[in-house]
Amino acid sequence: MDTSSVAEQEAIPISKPDAIEEAAARRRARQRRERVIEGGLFLAALTSVATTVTIIAVLLSESIGFFKTVPLLDFFTDTLWTPLFANPHYGILPLLAGTLVTSAVGLLVAIPLGTVAAIYLSEFSSSRLREIMKPTLELLGAVPTVVYGYFALLVVTPALQRVWPDLPVFNMLGPGIVIGIMIMPFVISLSEDAMRAVPMVLREGSYAMGATRLQTAWRVVVPAATSGLVAAYVLGISRAVGETMVVAIAAGQNPNLTWNPLEPAATITAYIVQVALGDLPHGSIGYQSIFAAGLVLALMTFAFNILGHVLRKRFREVY
Amino acid sequence: MDVANSTHPQEWPTPLKAETRALSFSYGNRLALKNLSLPIAEYQITALIGPSGCGKSTFLRCFNRMHDLYAGNRYEGEILLYPDQRNILAREVDPIEVRMRIAMVFQKPNPFPKSIYDNVAYGLRVRGTSERQLLDEKVEQALRSAALWEEVKDRLTARATSLSGGQQQRLCIARALATDPELLLLDEPTSALDPIATASIEELLLDLKSRVTILIVTHNMQQAARVSDWTAFMYLGELVEFGLTKQLFTTPSKKQTEDYITGRFG
Repeated sequence: MDTSSVAEQEAIPISKPDAIEEAAARRRARQRRERVIEGGLFLAALTSVATTVTIIAVLLSESIGFFKTVPLLDFFTDTLWTPLFANPHYGILPLLAGTLVTSAVGLLVAIPLGTVAAIYLSEFSSSRLREIMKPTLELLGAVPTVVYGYFALLVVTPALQRVWPDLPVFNMLGPGIVIGIMIMPFVISLSEDAMRAVPMVLREGSYAMGATRLQTAWRVVVPAATSGLVAAYVLGISRAVGETMVVAIAAGQNPNLTWNPLEPAATITAYIVQVALGDLPHGSIGYQSIFAAGLVLALMTFAFNILGHVLRKRFREVY
Repeated sequence: MDVANSTHPQEWPTPLKAETRALSFSYGNRLALKNLSLPIAEYQITALIGPSGCGKSTFLRCFNRMHDLYAGNRYEGEILLYPDQRNILAREVDPIEVRMRIAMVFQKPNPFPKSIYDNVAYGLRVRGTSERQLLDEKVEQALRSAALWEEVKDRLTARATSLSGGQQQRLCIARALATDPELLLLDEPTSALDPIATASIEELLLDLKSRVTILIVTHNMQQAARVSDWTAFMYLGELVEFGLTKQLFTTPSKKQTEDYITGRFG
């Protein structure tokens, strides 16, 4: 029995045993109600965990069938990915290369531009401008990705073709740049939050030493916000790696082992879309191959998230 | 009020390092400082005391134009910096130029998220010094002046945040000293520290005053009595009394001062 109930009982005169009974009943009813609410909250939290576990289970179980046919060594060393051909090859490298090249181009756009924009918004702009800019940027995140896909195919690639006339219609540079534009709002928003969380007293310390705004932003605020910036970048990477529509529309559908962004190449996600839209029989090796590809993608994202977590801990500042 | 004509006219400090003339300051529409005229004696320690909210920190932050960082603040009057008698509040004076001459130490230690060395070298690097040998020299000198050298000389590359609170505050003092400021502002520098760390900072200030003029805000009257040569008592944004510390604490000329230093209010 806890102390509050002892106090409750002491407060009630001995001559009224009913009152004691009533108080105890009220307490039991309250505890029952709270257990129900707690259970409801737990179930809500469980949904996300259960979804994740189910996805991993499905990916694993379908992949097991795939890896019974295809040795792991071939999967990671074969340089061809032609699971639907008469003479099938199952090397993930071409798809992996496509994913890495488009993501890398995207990050090369999003991280520098996003960081600079976040520095501007956090350290230089007036609060009025910031109040207009941030929602506008976040609106960019509300544009459907299929629109970005056609934007890459019909606007960005033709524009790039003026610079490189030999650039094929399907290439990795255009969609990579568009992925960068697409994830930039997230990078900006999260980076800006991280920099604004840096205590004012650090900025004042820097200004008091005679530093300019740029010196303060670059030498004090950015290092102090590193952990938040890393988190923003990792979130951006995860989105870039998993991006589907843009690359499926504008990067081409042919697996092509190349590190040159000027060439067309399918990514892991583009391959999954391509196969999922077809009419492969359930249980066939082609069908199973998309789960193997999906597993690789999931592991990559997982690895980036862990890396992000480690870096965040490593750079966490105690203010 | 006119301090010069108060009851101790003979104790007007000389020579001066700085002087405020009819300084008023407002945050937006709120007048925080009213018509303050105060001399700052060169190579001496001047303490600003007064109850919370009396404007002593606001006054201190006028000296390095810290209020310029926030919109809607307005200065009136002058702060003259000697020997050139420059009014550092003048519109054409760049606040960065002022901050190059006047350093500040804050209430809470605020080391940058960098190594101990990089913290102390910060001001010099901001001024464009990159010559390693010169930086090494200045960093060692500053750390010695802040009585921190012996404790950190073997771990200059360690993160500044790994130091204890008292060490961090001495590091902030070293950082401020590294650029050879003419005036050192301290805003309640020991309020976040334990008594032992406080004592070491006070000792340090007494050592430093032969080289730099010090203006310190403190809510701790014993501290003002222990370290300062001159004391100014402020109340509600006004200067109530200014004088030699010994005199102000033993024979205050104003009733308000007496009430405050005897603990009757504040």
